[in-house]
Amino acid sequence: MRYPDGIERPPPPARQVCGALLNYRADLAGLGERMRAAPYQAPPRAPVLYLKPRNTWIAGGDPIPLPFNAQRLCVGATLGLVFGRTCVRATEATAAGFLAGLCVINDACLPHEVIFRPAIEERCRDGFCPIGPSGPMPAVGLAASWRMRTYVNGELRGDWCTGECVRSAARLIADVSEFMSFHPGDILMLGTPRDLPVATAGDRVAVEVEGVARLENPIVREDAR
Amino acid sequence: MKRGRVAYAGAIHGCEPHERGLRLDDGRVLAETEVVWLTPVELGTVFAVGLNYADHARELASAKPAEPLLFLKGFGAVAGHRATTRRPSGVEFMHYECELAVVIGRTARHVPRDQALPYVGGYSVANDYAIRDYLENYYRPNLRVKNRDGCTLLGPWLVDATDVADPQNLALRTAVNGKITQRGNTRDMIFGVAELIEYLSSFMTLAPGDVILTGTPQGVVNVNAGDEVVTEIDGIGRLVNTLVDDAAFGLAPAR
Repeated sequence: MRYPDGIERPPPPARQVCGALLNYRADLAGLGERMRAAPYQAPPRAPVLYLKPRNTWIAGGDPIPLPFNAQRLCVGATLGLVFGRTCVRATEATAAGFLAGLCVINDACLPHEVIFRPAIEERCRDGFCPIGPSGPMPAVGLAASWRMRTYVNGELRGDWCTGECVRSAARLIADVSEFMSFHPGDILMLGTPRDLPVATAGDRVAVEVEGVARLENPIVREDAR
Repeated sequence: MKRGRVAYAGAIHGCEPHERGLRLDDGRVLAETEVVWLTPVELGTVFAVGLNYADHARELASAKPAEPLLFLKGFGAVAGHRATTRRPSGVEFMHYECELAVVIGRTARHVPRDQALPYVGGYSVANDYAIRDYLENYYRPNLRVKNRDGCTLLGPWLVDATDVADPQNLALRTAVNGKITQRGNTRDMIFGVAELIEYLSSFMTLAPGDVILTGTPQGVVNVNAGDEVVTEIDGIGRLVNTLVDDAAFGLAPAR
């Protein structure tokens, strides 16, 4: 796999990466009555999902390219649920049994306020999905809670936890696998809040999921065109 | 050249068309119903374009977009020729979409449209079902509508790009149980193949095996369990799919 800086490295251990938007209660509260107006018309019922394609995947230490025409990008730690078995129509009770482990992901994007259309240009840039190493499932399975922290140049800039989520990890797996199967190597991200730390070229971004792993990447300016 | 991938007699084979159906790479000639058809390429990232025909955009009451409306698909959504696709019970409006599928042949980044077509490896036919009952207005079209297991069909053949003189002049049509319900021509795309490659490669790297489903013209109608849906593009292929209900799919009716 050739990375955005032109260097060949082995790909991160992922097959497919899916994330959830609006999975934090504060985001729904923040949108409030705007969810009942155009273009949204109603609050979301099913999980709001997006895919991070393979060009976005990088490993710890690899540079995240800041697009030549962007001033900054958003960064944020999220918990990645790594599947070890094929998972179709799981329930909350069975969800944990499909996982091989957990990982930390820095789910980067370009800032975007309107979320009516899929944010492909904002979310699917090369190198916008640094994926950390996978750790084992804790003994309590998905009953645990996780704290996710984001640092820019060593300074704590984001701090959220799974207890703030609309859907727990187990609930999310159940609701998504109802129509979309997961297979070994697939990763489902719990998502980040919408109000994210920003960073720019020259910054170093670290994300961690407490008790799982930590991942650090520099941001570099993409070559001008 | 047209190439396919099938499973037969316990193994996966490459194949090509034959007057009696298909010819495996080992020389055996088979009817197309004797094999299980896989997607004609191993999939990379799968993109789809919404509202990319002016008539279909009107049909769905949307204004002509300023830039392509793009969304992504996961691997589980995509199945091959002659697949059966589940139509969940209780759904009111599930429709097919006949689309020209573009398979990227080499890595593309910052490619201008006038140089874009050589980056295409080949073309295929797609049928990209949507279940409109599940439509919501966040990251629309949402994955529950457009990324359902087995609801995007691709095949039967990958046709070499060099064998397609003009990808923007291909007649396409859909027939439901033998009756034609959708007709169009790729000349009516709002964003043509070259423009889509220019746009995508302007902000991300396209790699061999990436697939772009280029949208569908007007004429999408509801289809029901038991229907045979055939999406066809002249010179590219004829893709057959059958819808089944939960019981025929092998599931109890939804709770």
